[in-house]
Amino acid sequence: MNAAPLDYTDLAIAAVLVVLNVIMSRAFSLGLEKQMAISAVRMVVQLSLVGLVLKALFAAVSPGFTLLTVLVMMGAAGYEVASRQDRRFTGWLAYGLGAGPMAFATALVTLLALATHIRPDPWYDPRYAVPLVGIILGNVMSGVSLYLNGFTSAVSRDKAAIEARLALGTDRFTALGPFMRRSLRAALIPIFNQMAAAGLITLPGMMTGQILAGMEPTEAVKYQILILFLLAGGTGLAVVATLYLSALRITDARHRLRLDRLDERPRKAA
Amino acid sequence: MAACDRAMAACDIVMAACDIVMAACDRAMAACDTAMATLQLKIDNLRRPGFGPFNLTLSPGDCCVVSGPSGAGKTVFLRMIADLDPNEGRVSLGHHRREDMPATAWRQLVTYVAAESGWWADAVGEHFSATDGLDASRTALKLPAEIMEWPVARLSTGERQRLALLRAIVQKPRVLLLDEPTSALDPDTTCRVEQLLKRLQDDGVILLIVSHQPEQADRMATRRLEVAGGRGAVPAV
Repeated sequence: MNAAPLDYTDLAIAAVLVVLNVIMSRAFSLGLEKQMAISAVRMVVQLSLVGLVLKALFAAVSPGFTLLTVLVMMGAAGYEVASRQDRRFTGWLAYGLGAGPMAFATALVTLLALATHIRPDPWYDPRYAVPLVGIILGNVMSGVSLYLNGFTSAVSRDKAAIEARLALGTDRFTALGPFMRRSLRAALIPIFNQMAAAGLITLPGMMTGQILAGMEPTEAVKYQILILFLLAGGTGLAVVATLYLSALRITDARHRLRLDRLDERPRKAA
Repeated sequence: MAACDRAMAACDIVMAACDIVMAACDRAMAACDTAMATLQLKIDNLRRPGFGPFNLTLSPGDCCVVSGPSGAGKTVFLRMIADLDPNEGRVSLGHHRREDMPATAWRQLVTYVAAESGWWADAVGEHFSATDGLDASRTALKLPAEIMEWPVARLSTGERQRLALLRAIVQKPRVLLLDEPTSALDPDTTCRVEQLLKRLQDDGVILLIVSHQPEQADRMATRRLEVAGGRGAVPAV
């Protein structure tokens, strides 16, 4: 592949766009300039570090380092899911309830792709495993955090409706059913939209990157299709596992609604 | 001939055995009847942190009016009986012990109706599982037949309160735990609700009613419980 190398002046010119946004925020007193600046700087630092880490990782091709990297990514995703919740589960489940299903689904889908489609040699070659985990985890994370946030806020809001059904002797899964279905739909809509819009309205980031880097468009498309299938499968799997676990946790074996297992006060979403 | 005699004798033995079984059956049926008639609600050492212990025994047809200041634990008491809040202690209805049955089955026998009604579907009718005896009770509560077709959003507070009671009654529970069942009703409608509740009492239903109206307690109560600071006491007469 023969990607046109970028130098730092190119990046500096692109950064002007961010500065423009900051000026606009000032002009209309939106108060967003601080957040904008922090997230831009954070992005630059994070990506630069990741570039260095990946370079070292790719040079080493060690199964241990690859696994470690994947675990760190999954831990960060679990933390991120928890920080996006208005009302999270108490204790370690604030992280575990999202991280468990995410790690499970991501690992399963990544291994499937490595074993059947991409088949690098060795199979744990970080050049393939780490980017795959990254893209799958990102999508799975957004599904899981949308589901959890939607579900826990709906259940706390509609406590009276759920308890009315439980009081009449309805079982917990039936009583939670409408809320589970609604939150599931909301969590999966982004991946459905992503598939529906791909190519027609948007050119997916990965495909664009490959084309810009010089890959044949038809080859880039094939990769993109594969990736979207992996994303849809992984997201669905993780969200359904989260759905089941969170329904079990927010109720108990005596079919009681246990809102005491959520944080006392709704936190302001970051 | 000897073979025939032996066969006859065997027959006699079988017949005698049959009689014994029949008699046992009769006794079992009789026991069953008494059990139904004496479905006592027994609450023994019912508690959770900050509330209880509560002890109370009610017989079929009893109406226990629970009173006390706001925040005293009246609602928690009723919710614990229905097993809607985590709690310790024993509750039984006749020979049904709460811990021996699934919570769903227990709540169909012992049904809690909250002060603030909850609605999970758009139309009123979707909230009703049973239709047996629905019309009679609906009329008794002064609710029109068309109300089943209405969207929940159209209901007044008083209509919601009566419909929440109605959907519990049609499931034919043996114990009704009513949290301020008439708080949003005018005197006339309150009277209709009380008449319906009295009819249930005559059928052996046990009522526990949280009420802030002393006159209601005078009209309804066969038993009273005063709750203060999370504990229950039978008030001195």
